[in-house]
Formats: sequence, structure tokens, C-alpha cells
Amino acid sequence: MTAEALDNRIGTAWKKPPLITNPALRWTLFIGGLAYVVLAVSSIDVNWARVAEGLSRGWAFITAFFSPDFVSRGGDIWAGILESIIITITSTVVGIAISIPIGLGAARNIAPLPVYLVCRAIVSLSRALNEIIVAILLVAIFGFGPLAGFLTLSFATIGFMSKLLAEDIEEMSKAQAEAIRATGSSWLQWINYGVQPQVMPRLIGLSMYRLDINFRESAVLGLVGAGGIGATLNTAFDRYEFDTAAAILLIIIVTVMALEYLSGIIRAKVQ
Amino acid sequence: MLELKKLTKTYRTGDKALQDVTLTVPKGQVMALIGPSGAGKSTLIRCINRLVEPTSGSVILDGADITALGAGGLRKMRRRMGMIFQEYALVERLTVMENVLSGRLGYVGFWRSFLRKFPQSDVDEAFRLLDRVGLLEMADKRADELSGGQRQRVGIARALIQDPRLLLVDEPTASLDPKTSRQIMRLICELCAERDLAAVINIHDVALAQMFVERIVGLKAGELAFDGKPTEMTEEVLTNIYGEEDWQATIRNVDDEEAEAALAAS
Repeated sequence: MTAEALDNRIGTAWKKPPLITNPALRWTLFIGGLAYVVLAVSSIDVNWARVAEGLSRGWAFITAFFSPDFVSRGGDIWAGILESIIITITSTVVGIAISIPIGLGAARNIAPLPVYLVCRAIVSLSRALNEIIVAILLVAIFGFGPLAGFLTLSFATIGFMSKLLAEDIEEMSKAQAEAIRATGSSWLQWINYGVQPQVMPRLIGLSMYRLDINFRESAVLGLVGAGGIGATLNTAFDRYEFDTAAAILLIIIVTVMALEYLSGIIRAKVQ
Repeated sequence: MLELKKLTKTYRTGDKALQDVTLTVPKGQVMALIGPSGAGKSTLIRCINRLVEPTSGSVILDGADITALGAGGLRKMRRRMGMIFQEYALVERLTVMENVLSGRLGYVGFWRSFLRKFPQSDVDEAFRLLDRVGLLEMADKRADELSGGQRQRVGIARALIQDPRLLLVDEPTASLDPKTSRQIMRLICELCAERDLAAVINIHDVALAQMFVERIVGLKAGELAFDGKPTEMTEEVLTNIYGEEDWQATIRNVDDEEAEAALAAS
């Protein structure tokens, strides 16, 4: 019987089974996708006269990068950078401090269902609202300035950190945590000995990553009036001072790269 | 000392892991629990310290009904039951010393444990136990730097520092080589004898169990299928527990073992 089954197979070609088994469905999806792309591309409406006009302005902006002006608005740039750094650090620290308990609560394997649902709701809310929208709302409430930026980024950090921390906790080794529980530890001791060591490298890595994101975001949030280097950048654009704007952008790029390099080193060290 | 009365565990999926298991383990007895995968060995051991909640029945340790305890009482009771795990279950990113001292968590307050300021008597005892299992020099190494056999020794020290009355041992040798397996089993049995501890040891390796323990209990589909001395373990018993197989090579041949022991001694 088996010999016969084998003989039938010998000599026949073998192909990996397709992802979508039904050929009709497979081809419909493929042709439909192709048609969509063609239609979508043909519907793009470009005003070429406007582009030609804009190109020269774009070119002026690009050439400004070859003569960035760090000096004439030096005081404003420095104040803006300092404000951005303060916003970044304070919002990251406060955001993470709040994220830890919410992250614990949002991990299904350690939190009871009601706590889990509340924490997940906070996470979803924070992630659903884009930073810019939150910043516009908070600027409306608290007025122009870094306070709105600080609150916005703290709020955004909570959604980001809690979600990723909770996911890391859900993936932790159950055996290690169980072993600590079996010693008769209290809940807090269990978290401290059984859970924390397992998620600490990820927590530190994510914190560094978030610091990096918050700095970049703080530059963008200035455009809607939430303080920091973004506000300085916005002013420079409004005055058509492209060389100052270029200087600010270069500073932002260098700072972000430096932060990324630093976070890379720290993440490698804590493994 | 340990009594299980009609212990039953039905998982939410409807799987009956344990059915009416009644069993008594006297003080100082080392008992091996054998049976095929899925027979409920792990569940039985975890029902004793309620890492798994039994569905019905009771677990009585030194006269106290563990199944009736509240959260605080259960924590106090868990201090008396040291547990040794399959794959060691050390917290890998903590040091060897922190892993051993974690066995004292039930005895010290949160801040002391958080700041790693354990009482000197605990620290001394941790050093004594590490010395006893031959790992004194490794105290400040991280647990994941150790070999399998060394990790299991740390696991043993962590269980013993609880000052338990009972050891619950879940597949202690499952991921160890044959020689290390014997050394670990020997160490566990020696320590039980030294401290007059009772132990329940889940074990796959029937020959290894016969070599070291004084009583073997067989589980089959959540029910007791055998309870007796290692010498009473026959081919018929193994066939009843595990199913039809040639068991000649599995059952320990007493004469061979003694010859081997004599060789080792010389």
C-alpha cells in the first residue's frame, strides 16, 4: 500500500503550495490589485506650471544648506535647542514613569481582566491620537509654549512604552516567573525578581529609542506652537530665512544621529 | 506528612488532568512519580503548591489544608515547599546569589528584597548552600553563564534556602546528560536524607528513578496506576502505565548496578 503511494509520487514535480489555495480568488486579487494601481496612478493630478515655479524656491532652500547661517539667529537657535532638550528629557522621564504601571496592567498574563481593560483603553487612546492633534488641543488649552509640548510628548510616550512593555511582559519566560512565585513571594517581590530582570533590557532599549523619537517630535511640535526648536524653525521659514532654517535642520539631524548612535551602544550593552 | 485526598483537576478545555488521586507521603520519604507525558505529573506537583488550582479534593501538609488557604496563608505555606524545576527556571539575568536568595522572598519584606539587603543569616546560609552544591566561586556570576548541571544545582540551593519540609521536583534531569542526571538525582536524595525532607519527584527516566528512590508511584491518564517499591516495578507494570514496548532494557538490573557501584568505589 505505502509502496504504491510512494511509486505514484516518484517522478512527479513538487511545488510549494500557493499562499491562497483557491486559484479563482488568487487571480481576482492579483488582477484587482494591478487595476487599482493603474487607476490610482492615472488619477494623480499634477499642475506642472506650479511645479516649475516651486522648483526655484525648492532650489533656494537646498542651496541654503551649503551656506547654513548659525550666527545671525544664534541666540534664538540656542534657546530653541535648549527648550527642545528640556521638553524631550522631561517628557521621556515622566512618560516612562507613568508607562511602567500601565504597562504592567496591560499585560494579560499578570493583570486581572478589569485592570487589563482599563490599561489597554489608556494605551489605545494615547496611540489613536496623533501627536500633532494632541499638541493643537493642548496649545489651545495651555497656550503657546513648551508646557503644551511637554504634555503632548508625555502622553504619546505612555501609549508607545506601555504597549511595547506589556507585549514584552506577555512574552516573558513563564517558568522563571513561576519559580519566583513558588518561593512564597509577595506580588511586588514577584514583579521585582521574576518579571523585571526579564524585561529590563527591552525597557532600557525602548526608553533610549523613545528619547530619540521625542527629540524629533519636539522639533515638529514647534510648528503648531508647542515650543522648542520647531518654533524657531517655523519663524525662520516664515521670514524666508532659509540659511537659518538649514542651520536648524542640520543641528536637528546631527542631534538625532548622535542620540541614535548613543542608544545603539546602550542597547548593545544591556543585553 | 503530605496527604492528597481525592485530588481532581479538570482544565477549562475539559481535559481531566487528575482524577481522584489519593496519596500519602510520610516524613522523609523520597517518592518518584512516573507516567507518560500528559498523565498529569506536572499538574499533580503544581496542585500541591497551588501554582495550578485543583478543581476539587484537598492537599494537606502537616495537618493544614492548603486548598482552603487565602492568598496570605498560601504564601506562608509555599515557603515550606521548595520547588525544583525542569530546565532549571533560574531568573537568567540575575546573579547566582540573587537566585539563591530569592528563595527567602517569603520571609523578608519588600524593601529588603528590593534593595538586596537580606539578613546576614540568610546570606550566610546562601553561601553554605552554594558551597554544599559546589558553586561557592560562582556566587556573583550571572545565572545564564552557568552550564545545565550548575544551573540545576543553583535551583536546588534556591529550594533548600526556603528551609522547606517538602521538596517538589519537576523533571529535574530532563535536559541534562546521563552522568549529570545521576549526579543531580544523587545530590537531591542526599540532601533530603540530610535534612529529613520528603520529596515528590516527577521523572521520565524509570531506571534513574529506580536507582535512587524508595517508592515509585505511576500515573496514567490522571489516575494512580501503580504504588510500590522500585523492585516491584515489572514489565507488566510498565506496560500498564506506558503501553506495549520491550521493557527489558529499561528496568534496572540490580546486579549490574551493584557491580557498577563496586567499580566506582574501587
